[in-house]
Amino acid sequence: MSSNNLDVARPADPSPLPSGSASVGSASVGNPFQTFRHSPIFFPLIGLVAVIVIMIFASGSFFSVANLTNVMRQVSINAIVAVGMTFVILTGGIDLSVGAVMALAGTIAAGMMVHGFEPVLALVVGLGVGFGFGLFNGLLVAYARMPPIIVTLATMGVARGLALMYSGGYPISGLPKWMRFFGNGAVWGVQTPIIITLVVYLVAWVVLERAPFGRYVYAIGGNETATRLSGIKVGRAKLIVYAVSGLTAAIAAIVLTSRLMSGQPNAGIGFELDAIAAVVLGGTAIAGGRGSVIGTLIGALLLGVLNNGLNMMGLDPYVQNVIKGGIILLAIFIGRERRA
Amino acid sequence: MASLLQVENISKSFVGIRALSEVGLSVEAGEIHALLGENGAGKSTLMKILCGVYQPDSGLIAIDGVEHHFAGYKDAVHAGIGIVFQEFSLIPHLNAVENIFLGREKRNALGLMQRGLMRGEAEAILQRLGVAIPLHMPVASLSVAQQQFIEIAKALALNARILILDEPTATLTPSEAEHLFTIMRELKRQGVAMIFISHHLEEIFQVCDRITVFRDGRRIGDRDVAATNVDELVEMMVGRRIEKSFPPKPEVGTSHEIVLDVQELQLDKRSPVNSFQLRKGEILGFAGLVGSGRTETALAVIGYEPAVRKTMQVRGKPASIRDPSEALANGIGILPESRKTEGLITPFNVRSNITLNNLAKYRRWGMLVDRGRERQGALDAMRRVRVKANSTETVVETLSGGNQQKVVIARWLDHHADILIFDEPTRGIDVGAKAEIYQIMRDLTAKGLSIVMISSELPEVVGMCDRVAVFRQGRIVGTLESPQITPENVMRLATAGESHEQQ
Repeated sequence: MSSNNLDVARPADPSPLPSGSASVGSASVGNPFQTFRHSPIFFPLIGLVAVIVIMIFASGSFFSVANLTNVMRQVSINAIVAVGMTFVILTGGIDLSVGAVMALAGTIAAGMMVHGFEPVLALVVGLGVGFGFGLFNGLLVAYARMPPIIVTLATMGVARGLALMYSGGYPISGLPKWMRFFGNGAVWGVQTPIIITLVVYLVAWVVLERAPFGRYVYAIGGNETATRLSGIKVGRAKLIVYAVSGLTAAIAAIVLTSRLMSGQPNAGIGFELDAIAAVVLGGTAIAGGRGSVIGTLIGALLLGVLNNGLNMMGLDPYVQNVIKGGIILLAIFIGRERRA
Repeated sequence: MASLLQVENISKSFVGIRALSEVGLSVEAGEIHALLGENGAGKSTLMKILCGVYQPDSGLIAIDGVEHHFAGYKDAVHAGIGIVFQEFSLIPHLNAVENIFLGREKRNALGLMQRGLMRGEAEAILQRLGVAIPLHMPVASLSVAQQQFIEIAKALALNARILILDEPTATLTPSEAEHLFTIMRELKRQGVAMIFISHHLEEIFQVCDRITVFRDGRRIGDRDVAATNVDELVEMMVGRRIEKSFPPKPEVGTSHEIVLDVQELQLDKRSPVNSFQLRKGEILGFAGLVGSGRTETALAVIGYEPAVRKTMQVRGKPASIRDPSEALANGIGILPESRKTEGLITPFNVRSNITLNNLAKYRRWGMLVDRGRERQGALDAMRRVRVKANSTETVVETLSGGNQQKVVIARWLDHHADILIFDEPTRGIDVGAKAEIYQIMRDLTAKGLSIVMISSELPEVVGMCDRVAVFRQGRIVGTLESPQITPENVMRLATAGESHEQQ
């Protein structure tokens, strides 16, 4: 009955029900499986499990700790970018500039390090560049009322151009050794990119599910006119949403720069499309209002497992693209909204 | 000899609701016949039957004494009926000639358009109307009046002998309306019959020959314009109504404290400057016909729509409100006209819809929402307005219209906003739910909240409001206090722009 995007009665809900509202809780939860069955992450999760099972049978070495860790690490960059994209798409918008913003943030941070700036300052500036670029997108979308697809298509070109100008078109290498930590390091045996990914998701989840701002993000995508008429500051919320997208792109850029140990002006080409694919595969409606970051994480994992598995099966990369595209179409067809 | 158009005993129902009951109408050649009645009286339904959009359940339509059945719009056009809708059907970027001949372009043997021929015919028709319109310009760049004349020309190009004009003057300036009347008189001289729908009595007196009055889907009667007057027509439109049960009004004069003082409000350069005051604890009605500027005025007050001039005070302090969020910060909230498209967040559940703009009340640790308290708050509000739903977690899409409306009202129950604008709060809601909503409104005012209620239903305006501001063509033409609030007075102001006392 409910495709409840606010996960009010999701079985995994970690917050205990207060005793005062027990009657409401019991009335709404009903059959926990039924609730789960209608939650937006049901189909993505089924899809992920199905693909994993297929890969286990298709490739003997797929299901090993080493390979799965590898998958998670490969997934992390797209997964982080997709968090900001989830915020944007939930409001009914889109951000095509994330890949180019990654390149810009990465080259600037790398350039500053190479030029002897304080490394922490370089990282902060890199993150600030992403955040600032997102704010610029947000200003144009929220206050100049320009369509997001056009705004971010244009700023995609601007960010890429700035990255190329700054770097002269060449990768910036010679980064300090400790920079390896973000992409290749580990804490207590857990890969740093995986930790960063999980932290970003945890923060995003709390904001979307528990903070008023998160509620506004869903409300804007659900019905922007009604949200505005109810007195919510829609413009400000949209501004923040695009800034978040720029920020997560910059976080991903730090991880990528660390992995490559260089700032690449041509990094991140096409990453916006992978991020959108992860969000949509994760059950978030492209028109906004419904979805979750947990779904997006599942969507990103689904894409990663697919990539990895097809590689392990030794398939021609050209064929892989066709299969990936077909699976995305199939998944979205199965999980599409059914309206009465 | 038979009338040019003869309509007899037409009935029409929509899913059990009777829109027309055995109505009749007869129009002679060269006659301008006015159709008069409140919103929902059945005029539009009859017009849609006449142009083939709806098929009647029973009754007959005869033209020149020959019975016709219209299966669709094309049949009606073929029989000589032309209609100019309120919403124009012109293609904005095409010019007048292209629009007049749209879909039946004249072609030569090669299938190419004969532009000169069409242009010549268009010119001839416009000459017949006595209007000069630049033929090469896209119609979007012409004035509303010129576009309307093109609509008329389009109907005449199809050899219409009976022309239906559905509120043609609603969007025209007075001088443009004069021009339209000149055209109508010219067509009358040429023997074209016209059915003229308008809410403005003085226009009807100015241009029409006969008047038929509708009320509640019935034909009340017809009159010669020369032999009737405003009083009689208002009486026919309003009739004797059965009093519905409204909660008792509080004693008048309890408070004269003004909470919202709109001193000057002008929506655009051409529109009039309005002013009105809302007193603490009262229900102020915004009455008037659909399109008279009530909703626009309300939306301009809360900053959703722009205004060229706006000076107002909220609780005695000057306030410049440029966005609904600023209105809310000033304690002003709105229940929008359309709950589906403007009120509800449809994918949300009942709880999130109720608490949407009130989450600050349930904050914990300064930033997160305490969901236990939020649930409890939503449940309390839901019970107070008696929303029929399984729980606070039910998705609002699954609720009935009345329950959805109550959810949007519940949003304002425990809110800090104490000035509320209710735009058509009971539209499309069953009788039981209506009575409950009336009671909720009275409970709110008893607590000291002040309400502006926009309503198109006369009994509701009369039964609920402590004072009524009546709108006509964007202007507040009068404000009625309690003893003067009668259906006749409201209708008189809304249609003729004057009240009894002023005569």
